Amino acid sequence: MTLHAFIQNLINGLAAGSVYALVALGYTMVYGVLQFINFAHSDIFMLGAFGGLYLASWLAGVHPQPLQLALIMIGTMAFCVIVALTVERIAYRPLRNAPRLNVLITAIGVSLFLENLSQVVFGADPQLFPSIIKTVPLLEGDDIILNNIQVLVVGVSLFLMLILHWIVHHTKLGTAMRAVSFDIQIASLMGIPTDLVIAFTFVIGSSLAGSAAILYGLSYPKIEPFLGVMIGLKAFVAAVFGGIGSIMGAAVGGIVLGLAEVFTVYYISSSFRDAIAFAILIVILLVRPQGLLGSVRKVKV
Amino acid sequence: MNKRFFLIAIPVVAALYGLDYFLNEYINEYVVRVIMNCGIACILSMSLNLVNGCAGQFSLGHAGFMAVGAYVAATLTTVFPAGPSFQSHLGVGMAILSGGIAAGLAGYLVGLPSLRLRGDYLAIVTLGFGEIIRIVILNIEAVGGPRGLPGIPRLSSFFWIYVWAAITGLVLFRIIRSSVGRALLSLREDEIAAESMGINTAKYKVQAFVISSFFAGIAGGLFAHYQGFVDPSSFSFNRSVEVVIMVVMGGMGSISGSVIGAIIVTVLPEFLRFLDKFRMVVFPLILIILMLLRPMGLLGHKEIWQLFRFKRSLKKAVA
Repeated sequence: MTLHAFIQNLINGLAAGSVYALVALGYTMVYGVLQFINFAHSDIFMLGAFGGLYLASWLAGVHPQPLQLALIMIGTMAFCVIVALTVERIAYRPLRNAPRLNVLITAIGVSLFLENLSQVVFGADPQLFPSIIKTVPLLEGDDIILNNIQVLVVGVSLFLMLILHWIVHHTKLGTAMRAVSFDIQIASLMGIPTDLVIAFTFVIGSSLAGSAAILYGLSYPKIEPFLGVMIGLKAFVAAVFGGIGSIMGAAVGGIVLGLAEVFTVYYISSSFRDAIAFAILIVILLVRPQGLLGSVRKVKV
Repeated sequence: MNKRFFLIAIPVVAALYGLDYFLNEYINEYVVRVIMNCGIACILSMSLNLVNGCAGQFSLGHAGFMAVGAYVAATLTTVFPAGPSFQSHLGVGMAILSGGIAAGLAGYLVGLPSLRLRGDYLAIVTLGFGEIIRIVILNIEAVGGPRGLPGIPRLSSFFWIYVWAAITGLVLFRIIRSSVGRALLSLREDEIAAESMGINTAKYKVQAFVISSFFAGIAGGLFAHYQGFVDPSSFSFNRSVEVVIMVVMGGMGSISGSVIGAIIVTVLPEFLRFLDKFRMVVFPLILIILMLLRPMGLLGHKEIWQLFRFKRSLKKAVA
């Protein structure tokens, strides 16, 4: 009985955690390159959810369903990439040499702008995300249900993370990204086109956010303009918790966070669901200020 | 407390008292509400400026301290069995002061981890603390949980809000001009260099946090006793962000800048009402444009009177 509940929570937690992990990757990558919290990332995620909603109604006639889902996902990713690149070009690039706090405030401004604009455009009421794929239980034991959406969420996240790992570690662009995140000035002295690499980081981060939004919409089909705020905060917590700047850390952090949340709801109380993320974060940072998998950077005068 | 202080303080207090009467009698309620909100925002932004602007410790949890102050003060006057005995101007003053002290204690707790953390990590921990405070309040049934706490005596008047704003401004200004302030400034400019010059960075950081959150708590108490109602959603992450925006807009480390920032952030959305639902779209745009065109904030590191002094000396130089 309790073991079954445990396994069920494990499944739910993994599915929730993979979405956090995908969003967290976007935070951690931008942070790794530019050292600032891209608050607008959560709203890219939210816009992705709305983009998916509209795409789904346009592509409603496409069969079979997996193809439809794939098209929606690719379309949403492209939409998120366009938004993120525009934001980067207009708001962030002119501030490349400004104090980091200013960039942060600009990011908050962009975030507020996107939230309020989408409230005007999409309306403040929650909208229902279409169930593109019917929920079918794959495995039904006593007290344990594993449905196809959960498998899909975990599977797609894992697949995207593997691609990301390949890009970062086995391509020329990935090497350039790591160089820029190591030291942006020296990287540019070595002939790396830093602006291009930074833009590409935004491309990767936002397309991950777009796919996360679709996966989120499939599992929790209620979409509203302020949807991104809490998810964004938690994903950022996941990124910090795993060690910001570390891609592995963001993935691990997201999944640990998802699990912790689901278990808190089950074993403690659902009202502390949002608090647990921050509580874990504070404890981790007190013990290991650089995060779980982060590396310590010596700061010099 | 020299003679000059009283020479300035007494007319100021008298003027505030007169203005209080004037506002209640002749000005419509909507304008008065905006003016009150300005006062509370000023206290918040000035106090946050000590941590963010002067000490350079990026805090995103100011709403949390405000919540502690608001709830402690409101509990004393409303929920507490002996509450009704607090329901006079003096009693509410005491309650608000207790709220400030409670918030100061919370600030001490948050200040401690800041010894080990820097920059964005600190920002995210303060954010976390702010959210935890809010969620804990949400789960305390005695203060209404998510429904909020109604029936708080509405006793914080224009006079009290602006007296507190004046006290905040004065205290913070004196701190910034003192050796403590110089130590905080050195922290902002370079923490490692400050430490190697023999500055006890840990001590000053915690001090800054405690003072800053004390005044945030006071602002919370005033807010609660002005609104007559508090609920956890008034102290969400957005409120903290709003205060940070005020500080950055005005200029880091500039107390008068914070006041200007607070007034702009409070009043501008009211002036944009003609835009109807696009109001909250235009406001962030203004913020972004300001950051792009004037990244150091409106006043930069200077106080407003220093700007004028600079111009005067410039004129002399030209002549």
